Amino acid sequence: MSWFKRTSAGIKTQRGQQNDVPEGQWVKCQGCSETITRRELERQLLVCPRCQYHFKMSPTGYFNLLFDGDYEVFDDNIISADPLQFTDQKPYKDRLEATRKKTGLQDAAKAAVGLVGGYPISVSAMDFTFIGGSMGSVVGEIVARSIKRAYENKIPALVITQSGGARMMEGALSLMQMAKTSAHLTRLSEAGLPFFVLLTNPTTGGVTASFAMLGDIHLAEPGALIGFAGPRVIRETMGQDLPDGFQTSEFLLQKGYIDRIVDRRNLKDELAHLLALLLSK
Amino acid sequence: MSQNIKLNLLEFEKPLYELEQKLEEMRALSHEDTGSDLSKTLQALEERVDELRESIYKNLTRWQRVQIARHPDRPYTLDHIDALTEGFVELHGDRLFGEDPAIVGGFGTFKGSRYGGKDQTVLILGHQKGRDTKTRKFRRFGMPNPEGYRKALRLMKMAARFDIPVITLLDTTGAFPGLEAEERGQAEAIARNLFEMARLPVPIVVVIIGEGASGGALGIGVGDRILMLENAWYSVISPESCSSILWRSWDYKEEAARALKLTAPDLIPFGIVDQIIAEPIGGAHRDPETTFEAVGRAIVENLTPLLSVPTQELLDNRLAKFDAMGTFSEV
Ligand SMILES: [Zn+2]
Repeated sequence: MSWFKRTSAGIKTQRGQQNDVPEGQWVKCQGCSETITRRELERQLLVCPRCQYHFKMSPTGYFNLLFDGDYEVFDDNIISADPLQFTDQKPYKDRLEATRKKTGLQDAAKAAVGLVGGYPISVSAMDFTFIGGSMGSVVGEIVARSIKRAYENKIPALVITQSGGARMMEGALSLMQMAKTSAHLTRLSEAGLPFFVLLTNPTTGGVTASFAMLGDIHLAEPGALIGFAGPRVIRETMGQDLPDGFQTSEFLLQKGYIDRIVDRRNLKDELAHLLALLLSK
Repeated sequence: MSQNIKLNLLEFEKPLYELEQKLEEMRALSHEDTGSDLSKTLQALEERVDELRESIYKNLTRWQRVQIARHPDRPYTLDHIDALTEGFVELHGDRLFGEDPAIVGGFGTFKGSRYGGKDQTVLILGHQKGRDTKTRKFRRFGMPNPEGYRKALRLMKMAARFDIPVITLLDTTGAFPGLEAEERGQAEAIARNLFEMARLPVPIVVVIIGEGASGGALGIGVGDRILMLENAWYSVISPESCSSILWRSWDYKEEAARALKLTAPDLIPFGIVDQIIAEPIGGAHRDPETTFEAVGRAIVENLTPLLSVPTQELLDNRLAKFDAMGTFSEV
């Protein structure tokens, strides 16, 4: 594996910040309102030990959790060019700059290659803290390249989704990222390389309606919101309240769109096991 | 008829309509009185009508185009199919759950010979809106359920098996945001189409004929050539929804339309649209026959060369086309 040689050349990513957890020594769980120490929460991979609530995890958090050791990060130099010169209440350009400064991220996705249970895999992961994890040209390009990288290196791919959908501020270009990423998946599929999706909270809109629903195997974290249209829009369309648990991971499992719901604390083992089953024939 | 036109008049067309009315009155008068003064006035008025028409329709704002794209008299998918094909046979159902009238499709003979090409069996399908209260409801306002996308996919796969090219017509404000649609996998249905259309081994020509909003439009919109009527719009979201999310109010639809750059001329430089199909002045509904003629010619022009491209090359080009979509900087 050519990429792996490059990895051993010593690119080691530091433990990144794990988002969604407020600052401070004590953290109040959004699921059960209990108070947990930050150290305990981090030891539990940001899963509440009492109610299993899954706090959002950053791409770097997932990379550190999943990969056996070192991994190589790709395409962290791509930034939005504001192609439409979009302005709503404030210019998109300013919004991007402020978000970059605040989060230390370039955009809403990261990609890496490393080993999971000894199997090389090309992973891309989305980050809700960057404009709601929305997919514009940059996210589309990072995910597409990550899939292409899997195809070219003949290794499986995984996308970890966490997104409100396509990014409005890049208009039709955002929409086309759905087609672009899906088109790249056809080659992976025809090459007989497995494509995994891990759906996390939330995954909606154009991300769900493209690569998030095109996996060979769909894993989802418990209690994640997963859907196409947002609950508010559906409520308005139907003129009625939505049933409890509508558009959750558990709902999608029951409707047949998710293979397995996986507690994050078992994620690495489960993925490694699946890789072994599918690849060591 | 004239009353009907008045009922469906768009706000920005009203001054033109009033002037046209005045001209008609003058003409009636001139039949009674053949004095030369009147004919001079008449000529001046005619010129003013022409000028006003030019100035309105040659400088349409993006929001005005959105309104033309939604005009209740605009030709819909079945009108195009009726004009462009002979012996069209509509096929129904997704073989999984049901039939969705918000997407129609079937086989027919595309009358290419009328438009400078050859006649050709095609699969032609598209979003279908209704024209009155009853049919609008029946067609779910052209907003498909998962069954619509799955029916489209079933037909496209059949077309591929019989080596028949595909023409898709886009005209929707989005996939239906309903409870059952979610339960039956709206997202999966759209995603599956994006995937399968990317590798469908026959030529696909896509024409955006009216509204093209979000994944609901793209769900039948992946192809080798993307054509767009001059006053159609295509974007990730409707101006109204964009306004409600980014401005937290429904009142900024005009600003949103401007910001989204959703017209055909906007999309050409990004490679999202390959060709603009000119509409008659005032919009497709003012002269549907001329519109169909232009669409027919554009399909011939774009489909003919695709028919002789070897399959693998066709698919490689299709992937490359969508792979190139996106604008970003590398720092
Ligand atoms: Zn808890």
